[in-house]
Amino acid sequence: MSCKGDTRTQRSRGGGPAEQTGNTAAPSRLPLFLPLPTRPATDAEPIGAGAAARRSQAEHSAAPARPGNRGQQAPPGSYKRRGRLSAAPGPARTRSRRAPGLSLRARRRAAANQRARRGAGGSGRGAGAAMEDVSAKFVSQKISRTRWRPLPAAALQPPDVFATGSWDNEDNRISIWSAGDLGNAGLNGEYHGEPHLLCDIQHNGDVMDMQFLDQERIVVASSTGTVTIFRHHQNNQTLSADHRWAKAHYHVDQDTSCGGAACTGVVCNNPEIVTVGEDGRINLFRADQKDAVRTIDNADSSTLHAVTFLRTTEILTVNSIGQLKIWDLRQQRNEPSQIFSLAGDRVPLHCVDRHPNQQHIVATGGQDGMLSIWDIRQGTMPVSLLNAHEAEMWEVHFHPSDPDHLFTCSEDGSLWHWDTSTNVSEKPSFLHQGGRSTAYLSHSTMNQSVVSAWLSNDPTKDRMEITNLIPNQTLSVNSLDVLGPCLVYGTDAEAIYVNRQLFA
Amino acid sequence: LCFPCCTHSPYSQAFLTPSSSRVFVVRRDQDIYIHTLRKLFNESHGIFMGLQRSEEELAGKSRKAQLVQVSKNYRSVIRACMEDMHQAAALKLGPAFLQVSILSAMELIWNLCEILFVEAATAGPLLLRLLDWVRLHVCDVDSMVRQVLSSESPSKHKLFWNVVDVFVLQGRMDEARHLLSKEASANPASMNMYKILDDLMKKMPVPSLGNTQTLTELELKWQHWHEECQRYLQDGTFASNPHMESICKILLGDEDAILEKKELMTTWYHFLVTRLLYSHPTVKPMELRFYAQSSMDLFLGGESSPEPLDMILMAAFEFEMHQVIKECSIVLSNWWFVAHLTDLLDHCKLLQSHNLYFGSNMREFLLLEYASGLFSHHSLWQLGVDYFDHCPQFGRVYLELHIERVPLSTEQKALKVLRICEQRQMHEQVRSICKIMAMKALRNNRLGSALSWSIRAKDAAFATLISDRFLKDYCEKGCFSDLDLIDNLGPSMLLSDRLTFLGKYREFHRLYGEKRFAEAARLLLTLMTAHIAPCSFWMTLLTDALPLLEQKEVIFSAEQTYELMRCLEDLTAGNPDKQKFQDDDVETTKVEMLRLALARNLARVIVKEGTVEGS
Repeated sequence: MSCKGDTRTQRSRGGGPAEQTGNTAAPSRLPLFLPLPTRPATDAEPIGAGAAARRSQAEHSAAPARPGNRGQQAPPGSYKRRGRLSAAPGPARTRSRRAPGLSLRARRRAAANQRARRGAGGSGRGAGAAMEDVSAKFVSQKISRTRWRPLPAAALQPPDVFATGSWDNEDNRISIWSAGDLGNAGLNGEYHGEPHLLCDIQHNGDVMDMQFLDQERIVVASSTGTVTIFRHHQNNQTLSADHRWAKAHYHVDQDTSCGGAACTGVVCNNPEIVTVGEDGRINLFRADQKDAVRTIDNADSSTLHAVTFLRTTEILTVNSIGQLKIWDLRQQRNEPSQIFSLAGDRVPLHCVDRHPNQQHIVATGGQDGMLSIWDIRQGTMPVSLLNAHEAEMWEVHFHPSDPDHLFTCSEDGSLWHWDTSTNVSEKPSFLHQGGRSTAYLSHSTMNQSVVSAWLSNDPTKDRMEITNLIPNQTLSVNSLDVLGPCLVYGTDAEAIYVNRQLFA
Repeated sequence: LCFPCCTHSPYSQAFLTPSSSRVFVVRRDQDIYIHTLRKLFNESHGIFMGLQRSEEELAGKSRKAQLVQVSKNYRSVIRACMEDMHQAAALKLGPAFLQVSILSAMELIWNLCEILFVEAATAGPLLLRLLDWVRLHVCDVDSMVRQVLSSESPSKHKLFWNVVDVFVLQGRMDEARHLLSKEASANPASMNMYKILDDLMKKMPVPSLGNTQTLTELELKWQHWHEECQRYLQDGTFASNPHMESICKILLGDEDAILEKKELMTTWYHFLVTRLLYSHPTVKPMELRFYAQSSMDLFLGGESSPEPLDMILMAAFEFEMHQVIKECSIVLSNWWFVAHLTDLLDHCKLLQSHNLYFGSNMREFLLLEYASGLFSHHSLWQLGVDYFDHCPQFGRVYLELHIERVPLSTEQKALKVLRICEQRQMHEQVRSICKIMAMKALRNNRLGSALSWSIRAKDAAFATLISDRFLKDYCEKGCFSDLDLIDNLGPSMLLSDRLTFLGKYREFHRLYGEKRFAEAARLLLTLMTAHIAPCSFWMTLLTDALPLLEQKEVIFSAEQTYELMRCLEDLTAGNPDKQKFQDDDVETTKVEMLRLALARNLARVIVKEGTVEGS
């Protein structure tokens, strides 16, 4: 990455969260007394057979961050670790001497306090709950996409239902899950903390992307090039295919048996659906119309990897030669209205997301794990390049209601939480006041200071806290979704994880 | 515990259809395909990786604690899997039941190996561990206990004494005493007898886990207690109640008395542990084998021959680790168990490098087999990669061979495979994967994608091929496709000469389009003089020069014009097929026009340069 040209371009170099310290501690096992149908566990020794031990086990082995060791993660990023600072924030001067660009610091939390706050439950169970906000479930299929069901406008509850799609199976499935209640131990020793399956349906080909159209309908992009709308019938918990656009994406020889080209990305803005694919094609569908409303053939000479809405009539696409393109769907011209690109090395971009409030701020993630922030009002190059993951960044998402927070996940098996909300120390953060109930925010007051959080160049101000939420994971985290205080992610290790207290 | 009676070889065969056509699907490792077991593979993969990463430096005790923890984690995964299978089995009986029994056998063996090898419990704690082991795995008792306890008057229940016996046999003294107290309160007449027995059971010395008492101390206490029991038995204190008398005999370690309860113990290893508890509580690990052998003989009594599971457990009691692993590999239908157990034992430094005939050790051999099985699975192949990584000798070769054979259905999958190869510097495989993807793209007429892939692979030959396709398309259509790509080639342009030419030629078009004629002209000339352009393309380039020559202002300098003329003459003279030009009217006209234009340009430039220099 020689010249980035742009003087504003900043880049932090260096290893990822390599220096992880904690987590060598053995997981505490819970003794349990769990009635099994034929083989009751009379487990006197402290290994456990049942769900709780298994749960703690699962969480250990695929160890999502627990409050205890989260603080000990090294900041992913380049600058020297200045871990222990944030517990008692040091004087600003110490941080500002860093080179222009990101200031990173490790986050250290008083884990004990958190434990005390929450761990009042029953003996074994309470300990378990306090130990983990994250519940995991092994689902025997590699997960390519996870998506929360959108909440109704007036909802006060945290999100509960989410959908997953699998890939690389002989038999791929779309599944709807309930994240389950936190803290309510169920009957029969069943733990409600664990996500449980509501219903699922078979899907042809790998699930490449998926998105909720509304509360009931999910649009799924398949590796066969087909785009399908599934309907989730909530009264009897079933899934059915509502509508299907077969081979919406295809290669020249459409007639051959394998003429379909993978549909790599889908984005919805009810009733409009936009899909992109390996064939470089952009399709615009309407949920209520049989045929495509608009198709841009050869929109891109390389593979389009992802798409998102910029405004209601404009979309953003990223492709495999490092370009970010804006398309205005009102124009009949089959050409992008603007092209941005990573100068020089043409690193493929895999994901894109737009700031929910400030539409000119766009984040993309690339093959080298780099996070790029773009200001589409100006320039043709990213405003900042942040060295992040060690391998492909598969998804990037701004927090929908609190865009100071950004989440990225990667092939290297990590999931990072980027937090710019702390950069003005005197600013009160609603999120950090604690409980889940306060986590829904309207951000009119925060926005003034946040405007520049992602674009700012002021070295004294733009501090970013970066936390790796999954230490020691080895297999790819393919997808994440975040809504309210809840995060869900799925991995190639065939597990889904739900973190219900993201900002705890 | 039942065990699969048929022996599964690793290369077992599964019927696809029971028809006469006899199509066999030969699979490496059958269990890999069991849906519920995928959890086991995935979860244990995480533990395996954690173990490989764990620090060897941790000395002595903490290292051992760590390894025991790892072992327990493995076991809890097995247990979790069993639990899931129970749920599955609740829906439909059949194969799931067999799987559950295999899993529970695996857990039983693993647990014993954990006690004997990983933890290497010493005399004293050893017995406690073995008791735990038996309590955990012989649990038909619990339903019985529940029955008895839920009845109105437990002491009248017909199973009452059975339950008490079981508690005593398993050394669960407190529970046994609790039950007895119920009976005692119902039977005030024999209160005294109960008290004595209760007292005996309470006083029974047990080894402690802490170092609070030495073995000799324990032995002394135990001897004392034993004599006391003996005394009461000889006194005939319990003579009036045969149940209590037999319990007292058990406490004394009377083998016949214990054997009478055969039905309650169900297995010979339960008998072994009970026997040890009441006659040799301070048994040393090395003495286990004698007791184990005689217990098995006594228990089976020549009635039935030992089953494979018995043989495996016996081998474990004899500390024949290799024998355990060998038997397990023969009997179990998967490599998972032996691969992980061997790896763990290897980390305990228990398996001296036991070289196999092909030069690798046993741990590696088993891991390779297991990982190869994973690779044969359409979805679990990703796990196999990490296992190969931890096979120092052959892992790399295996990985190279396997990874090339992963079907690449989508670009995303290809990217994942590619990342695996790139992380391990497997250049050959990277090239091959990129080439496959480039070929696919080319076949689909996606030149842009194809070029991207060949650039990623740094495959110059293929890049040349694709560049030629681009140029050919240009010659046919008169315009470039995939401009967004060609305009953004950047440094990757230098991959092949032809690609450089393509990029530069496109740059010429852009300059021309932007009316930067002087720069365009210079570039055009360089393309020819520096021999970047292929000769076949020179004519096109020269034709492209025509409009530049005909511009109002002079663009080519005299020197440049001479160069152009030389190029033209080289082309016409150098071409052995002179006939072609003469025959082809169009070509001849083109050459003539070029010559004319060049001559006129030369005249104009001489005048101009002369004027400029003169003034």
